[in-house]
Formats: sequence, C-alpha cells, structure tokens
Amino acid sequence: MTATLAVEGLKVAIGAANVLRGVSLDVQPGEVRGLVGESGAGKSMLGRAVLGLLPANTSVTAGRIAFEGRDLLAMAEAERRSLLGRRIALIPQDPMTSLNPVKRIGRQIGNLLRHHLGLSKRAALARTTELLAEVAIHDPQRVLALYPHEISGGMRQRVLIAMAFACDPALVIADEPTTALDVTVQRQVLQLVERLRLRHGSAVLFVTHDLGVVAKICRSMTVLHAGRVLEEGETTNVLVRPRHAYTRALLAATPRADRPAEALRPVPPDLIDQLWSEAYRLDQVPAVGAA
Amino acid sequence: MRSGELIRRLVLVPPTLFGVAVIVFVLLRVVPGDPIAMMIPPGASEADIGRLRALYGLDQPILQQFATWLGQVASGDFGRSISVRQNVLELLLARLPATIELALLATMTAVVIGVVAALVGILLRGRRAEWVVDGGIGVLLAIPDFLWALILLLLFGVLIPLLPISGRIDPEIDLNLRSNFFLIESILTGHFDIAFALLHHMILPALALALPFAALVARLLKASLAESEDQDYAQIARARGYSRPNILLHEVFPNALIPTVALGGVQVTLLLGGTVLVERIFSYEGIGNMAIDAVINRDFPLIQGLVLTFAVLFIALNLLVDLMVTMLDPRLRHG
Ligand SMILES: Nc1ncnc2c1ncn2[C@@H]1O[C@H](COP(=O)(O)OP(=O)(O)OP(=O)(O)O)[C@@H](O)[C@H]1O
Ligand SMILES: [Mg+2]
Repeated sequence: MTATLAVEGLKVAIGAANVLRGVSLDVQPGEVRGLVGESGAGKSMLGRAVLGLLPANTSVTAGRIAFEGRDLLAMAEAERRSLLGRRIALIPQDPMTSLNPVKRIGRQIGNLLRHHLGLSKRAALARTTELLAEVAIHDPQRVLALYPHEISGGMRQRVLIAMAFACDPALVIADEPTTALDVTVQRQVLQLVERLRLRHGSAVLFVTHDLGVVAKICRSMTVLHAGRVLEEGETTNVLVRPRHAYTRALLAATPRADRPAEALRPVPPDLIDQLWSEAYRLDQVPAVGAA
Repeated sequence: MRSGELIRRLVLVPPTLFGVAVIVFVLLRVVPGDPIAMMIPPGASEADIGRLRALYGLDQPILQQFATWLGQVASGDFGRSISVRQNVLELLLARLPATIELALLATMTAVVIGVVAALVGILLRGRRAEWVVDGGIGVLLAIPDFLWALILLLLFGVLIPLLPISGRIDPEIDLNLRSNFFLIESILTGHFDIAFALLHHMILPALALALPFAALVARLLKASLAESEDQDYAQIARARGYSRPNILLHEVFPNALIPTVALGGVQVTLLLGGTVLVERIFSYEGIGNMAIDAVINRDFPLIQGLVLTFAVLFIALNLLVDLMVTMLDPRLRHG
C-alpha cells in the first residue's frame, strides 16, 4: 500500500544552518501520526516543507517528499497547487490570524469550494452551510454572514477545521491546532478533528508538544529533536518502552493524572546539552555536501 | 465610523471654520500691505484714501470688522472683491468647479498609476527588477508638482507641441452648458467633443499634480501589500493552492487598501494645495490661480472667501476618507 505521505532523508537549511537533518517519516492512509519534540525541533518546518510554505531564505538540500507516491518537490507548480487545499490540507496553529479579516466566513469557505471543486455559487453556499453544521456550529446561516472578528477563537478554529476537510483531503497537517485555545475548547476541537478525519477518511500528521494528546489520538508517533528523528513507532510502544533517553525524559516531564506532582521532572539539562552539541557538530558538515 | 462619530465630526465643523476665519482675518490685517495701497493711483490725496478705506470698512477696529464680516458670511454674503469688483461668492462658485474637476482628474490618474505600479512592484518582490519600480517611485516622489508642471510644459507644450499649455478650453468653442462643471456635465450629457477639448487642456496640469501623488500611493500601497502578504492568512492561502497573483489580488489587496486609503486619502489635501501653483503655471481658471491674484492685490474679502473654501474642501475630504476606511474595514463598522 502506498503511504499517503512519505518523507525520506529530508534536509532543510536556513542559510548555513541545518534545520532538518535528514528526516524520514511516513503517514499511512487513515493513520494519525503524532509529531512531537521540544520547541525549535523543526516540527513546523517539516509541515511547511510538505505544504510548500518554507520561508524565502530556506532551501531543501536533500530528500524527497512523496504524497501518494508522487514527489511533491519534483512536480510542476500547477500540479502541486491542485493538490494543496484539496488533497493536502492544513489546520493552522493560530485561529486569530489565520482567517482573512475583511472577508465574511461564508465567502472564505465558499471560495475554496469553488476554486477546488468548481462548484457554482449556489452549490458552494449549500455545501458551506453543511460544513459548518458538521463542525458543530449550530446556526450556520448566521455565522456565514459574520466576519472573523465577530466570532470567538474556538469558533474560528472550527471554521478552519471545516475548511481543512472541505474537499475530502487524504492528508491533513495539523500544526498545534489547540495551543492557542483554552483548555475546555481544546478538548472540543480535538474531538472534532477526530470525528471529521474518521468521516472523511483522512490521514493526519498531528504536530504537538502534548504527549497526552498523542497517547489519546495518535496510532503512531515520531520524536523529533534538533532536526533529527530520535525515535518513532506505534504510540503504545514508544510511550511504554521508550528506547531513547530523550523520549524518556520528555515523558517524565509530562504531567499525568496518575502520578504525584513532585515526581514531575524536567528533561535533564545535560541530556539536552549533549543532543544540541551533537546537532552543532552535524551543522559543521556542510548541508549541501549530502545533496 | 459609526453614526455617533459622524455626528461628532459634523458638530466640530463650524468651530473649526470659525477658527480658520479668525486666523486668516487677523493675519491679513497684521501683515503689512493693504488693498487700498494697491489700488490708489499715484498722487491721490489723504482724503481720497480715507474715503476708500471707509468704503471697504477698513477704518473700523479689527473686532468690529470681523463681527460685520462674520455676520455677512453667516447669511451667505462673502462681500465684494476689491480687485475684481465682483461678488466673492459668485466668483468662487464660478471658479471652484474648474479646480474640483482638475483635482478629481489628477486624483483618479494618480490612483490608477499608483495601484498599477504597486501591483507590479509587489509581483516582482525579491527580484532585481523590484529595484527599478522602487527607483521609479522614488524619482516621481522627489520632484514636486510645480516642477513637473514646468517639465511637462516644456516637453509637451514647447519642445514637442502636442498639447495646449494654457486655459481651461479654447475660447472659440461654444460651451452652452448649464453648470460650471464643464467636464462632468459634458460627459453626462454626451457632448464628448467638448469633453475631449476640455481634457486636452487638463492633461498636463492634471499629470503634474498626479505624478508625485501617484508615487505616494504606490509607495504606501506596496508597503501595505508586502506587510499583508506576510500575514498568516495570506501564507495559508498559499497552502490552499491559490496562485500568488490570485492571493495578492483577492486576499492581500483588500487588506492593504485600508491603510493606503487612510494615510493616502488625507494627502489629497496636498494635491489640492498644489493646484495653486500648477493652475498658475497653466493659466487654468480655477480658485488656485485666483488665490495668487487675490494675494498679490491684498484683496481681503476674496482671500478670506478662498481660505474658507479650501478649509471646507479639506474638512470634507477628511470626512470622506474616514467614511471610505469604514466601508473597507469591517472591524471598524462593528466596534
Ligand atoms: N523564518 C525563519 N527564519 C529563520 N529561522 C527559522 C525560521 N522559522 C524557524 N526557524 C528556525 O528553524 C528551527 C525549527 O523551527 P520550527 O518552527 O520548525 O520549530 P518547531 O519544532 O515547530 O517549534 P515550536 O514547537 O516552537 O513550534 C528553529 O531553530 C527555528 O529557530
Ligand atoms: Mg511549530
């Protein structure tokens, strides 16, 4: 079976510094893969590389990103654009800044449907209403006519989730979709993602800091550190029998209901130091040399 | 801008105009030189001068003069011009439409040039050709309108005499129009030959006024486009498979327009101020040109009328800009 997403030996450099140092990872059809790692590990860079959103000064120096067997990096611009937003979708991190402030919600969703599915104005409107109902917005007719600043953050994230699933994507990249929301809303949004991906049969690459969330919704997971994959596998295996010291430390640093608070230990600083100095050493090897 | 705000702004108009009136009235009478000195023939007797002063009320104390004038203005009487010997209000109403039409044409030209330049510039963002656009904008911006007027006059009036260089229309053309908005009326009534003849005369002065303003629009808009393009929603639009030109036009442009109109709209007042010299250079019969004569002749009533007219135009323009910004930005509409 072809993987929905297969990243192989991906290297991304910003100037002379390597941000991703040969990352490999795949997401099977319908699978939810968690991508964890501390801040700066390169999680967002990986997502952006798949979506073709790398910052201007960034370059892919080696590797392959295949979507359903087709190399995204090698294909024609127009072909890639027809996949993005339709077959590959994004749930962004910050719902406050991710919608266009001067356009009504209905129009933003409708445009997407018309752009990718070629729906008529009327059909797009009908489908938009359905989509909003699907993300548990109770009065879609009213919300359609509102501007982003007129609805709450949780509501905006629902709209963005509706947009992500609007064209039945095979792959959804969710980059910390709940970090900007408060705790109760976080749970609702997670349930929503879970429900929609089941209904639409989409695979999800779920970027998060939260191992609790990974344990709950991800079948497999990848641990990223300093641009490298430290560990990956079935979530239960990784969490129950972590092989790498960093994963153990990360686990130990995660608050859990079944463990007293004083047992909370931060990731040991010398472990992080050791990993970073190794990463620094890898930076001395020219990034382009591998290409 | 909500209706409460609009009312507040309208309420402030009369006091603002009153302030302007006080300042111009006092300034005129403090600065040396008066209209009588300009009009008396050499060798006039002291008694004659005194009679003339009394005729125009200039022998009264300033406060008295002001009160009299203000009372008249409030009832729509701006007095008689001393140098032209005509009713000031009639003079203004005859000349103002010419200036409004010129300023409108210049503004529209500037917006078209500025928007096109900004869009081309942003499409070339990050490439070497972007510098060409930025450089062009810089040059346009560095040369003031009256200099453009002289350059255009020399180029297209003298060196390559393509266009007329003076007046509003050829005197032999029979206008037969009802209003003084010659251009607007002739277009609306389908007299395109007249409209064409008018435009022929207006192109050079309008272009002189438009070029620096176009550069300003281009620079403001291009900067706002660049800023908006870096926002999350525009980046995410790329991840949805929209092409860059599509995103620039449909997602970024409506957002970038808001600061551009807010900052650039107010600058139309500069363009209006520019009409004074540019109309003079092209002998265009608007209020700007008339203002220079009024000042040379120390024509107090006419100067006062002109200054108030400009003040009303500036206030109206600022209100209009705020209304437009409100229309463009939904966040301002709902508070
Ligand atoms: N626009 C940029 N220019 C330069 N460096 C960048 C840029 N964006 C990210 N980086 C660097 O690239 C590395 C990876 O960043 P990335 O955003 O992928 O981290 P992350 O794992 O998503 O972290 P977080 O959990 O904080 O979101 C970091 O070292 C970061 O400093
Ligand atoms: Mg990130």
